[in-house]
Amino acid sequence: MLEIRGIDVSYGDTQVIRDLSLEVRKGEVVALIGANGAGKSTTLKTISGLLRARKGEILFEGTPVHKAEAYKLIGMGLSLCPEARRLFVEMTVDENLDMGSLKGEAKRQRQRTKEAVFGLFPRLKERRRQIAGTLSGGEQQMAAIGRGLMSLPKLLMFDEPSLGLAPILVREIFDIIKKIREDGTTVLIVEQNVKQSLAAADRAYVLETGRLVMQGTGEALLSNEHVRTAYLGV
Amino acid sequence: MTSAQIEVLLQTLISGILLGGLYALIGLGMTLIMGVMKIINLAHGELMMVAMYIAYWMFVLFHVDPYLSVFIAAPVMFFLGVMIQKFLINPVLRVESILPENQVILTVGIGMVLSNLATMFFTSDYRSTPVGYATDALYLSDYWKSSPIELSLSVPWSVSFVFAVIITIALWFFLSKTDTGKSIRATAQDPEAALLMGVNIKLMRVITFGLGSGLVGAAGCLLLPIYYLFPALGGQFTLIAFVITILGRLGSAMGAIIGGLVLGVFESLTATYIGMGWAPVGRFVMFIACLVFLPGGVASLLRKKRFGA
Ligand SMILES: Nc1ncnc2c1ncn2[C@@H]1O[C@H](COP(=O)(O)OP(=O)(O)OP(=O)(O)O)[C@@H](O)[C@H]1O
Ligand SMILES: [Mg+2]
Repeated sequence: MLEIRGIDVSYGDTQVIRDLSLEVRKGEVVALIGANGAGKSTTLKTISGLLRARKGEILFEGTPVHKAEAYKLIGMGLSLCPEARRLFVEMTVDENLDMGSLKGEAKRQRQRTKEAVFGLFPRLKERRRQIAGTLSGGEQQMAAIGRGLMSLPKLLMFDEPSLGLAPILVREIFDIIKKIREDGTTVLIVEQNVKQSLAAADRAYVLETGRLVMQGTGEALLSNEHVRTAYLGV
Repeated sequence: MTSAQIEVLLQTLISGILLGGLYALIGLGMTLIMGVMKIINLAHGELMMVAMYIAYWMFVLFHVDPYLSVFIAAPVMFFLGVMIQKFLINPVLRVESILPENQVILTVGIGMVLSNLATMFFTSDYRSTPVGYATDALYLSDYWKSSPIELSLSVPWSVSFVFAVIITIALWFFLSKTDTGKSIRATAQDPEAALLMGVNIKLMRVITFGLGSGLVGAAGCLLLPIYYLFPALGGQFTLIAFVITILGRLGSAMGAIIGGLVLGVFESLTATYIGMGWAPVGRFVMFIACLVFLPGGVASLLRKKRFGA
């Protein structure tokens, strides 16, 4: 579904991603883990077209997207729930959800998808007329995930969805990701919460200072010595 | 207060509110551009001047009422704004310029070119538009025979005010109820997130500049029956729009409406109680006060990110 082949990404003169290749197959949940500053967010932004790779290519369902304009990707079924949520803080929850469904089929199905999102997050339904900036952190994350779902994505990418949430909410977020996957959406997730994301993932990649250092099934990585000492602190 | 004094005060407030409605419309265009583009369009008043000349010649040559010219001048100004954004401002935005304020300087240049062109073509003569209803008014005593005080309502001022209100409501509807309107607001609040949602933010910027120009163009038509016209009139209205934009806490449409009304009433009070010629001075005092009391100074204008409905 998504194939990244040998990309390099830089901010100005600072190269942040080096020769990264990875693959996400249809129906999978794939995790990308790594320490702060490893380049996880940079990778997701590059996939979404917000940043350009200097080298290499990115294929989505076989179509090269590394040169496509960022705003065109969501219509192809590629959606990102960005780091720090990035809701439209002066719009209501409803309007934020509308913003997730501007294109084609997603727009036609807007009301129906919204009901489905409210089914996943009943709290959002109660707060649908509230200004997004005044939601609690957990509610904001629900709204951000909901907004991502509104586009009826084939591949939904999450950048640290559990950041800053209480443990009980973190579990809820991972439950939701499981449900999303059961509904047939492929998931690529970036997380600091290594243990839970490896447990939820079919496969995972480990990124260290912009390079891929390890990959394998979630289970294999969970029991890997290096991963255990470096990321799980055991 | 004697009833004569109350009469003067009420009459002053009425004129202030009528004026403020037009000011709000002028300020809204600048506010919108400010919110989405983060630039202060210092050619705003000059764009209005162009629209006023369009409406003026439509009236003189074809006897088209200035209120009807709203439907001609506003689309023309929309188109002109689109062209300005696409071919003048966008290229400057792209260049990683030495001065981040380059686009603002560019808008000053555009304004100067427009007012000089107007002088060349139309001379610097003051013109007034001889509409038949220019001095028509409604009087309270005609409707309420035993009224203790007498108030009057100028017909053209009231019609212009009503038009301004209608246009403002239409704008509100567009920005809050349509996907394009929401996309414009989203672009103002977080352009990167808007891109992720599939918003063509470059297009939104172009539309916004067109919309801002169209709004001030409409305001120009509404002003024509009640104001005189000359090529250099743009500058004072750019200043007015600027004051409103600051008063309205920058980038918020509701703020611009309140800012417009406040400024209109303030000027009207100045004119009545200090002297006719003092209204521009009052406006200038308000402008300076805004700059002094604005937290973060003028620079915060350029950095301010958000834009509400
Ligand atoms: N806009 C930028 N300009 C310059 N350098 C940047 C920029 N954004 C990120 N970087 C640098 O790129 C590197 C990778 O950043 P990135 O945000 O991708 O890390 P991350 O893996 O997502 O980290 P975290 O877990 O903290 O979110 C970091 O060293 C960071 O300082
Ligand atoms: Mg990150």
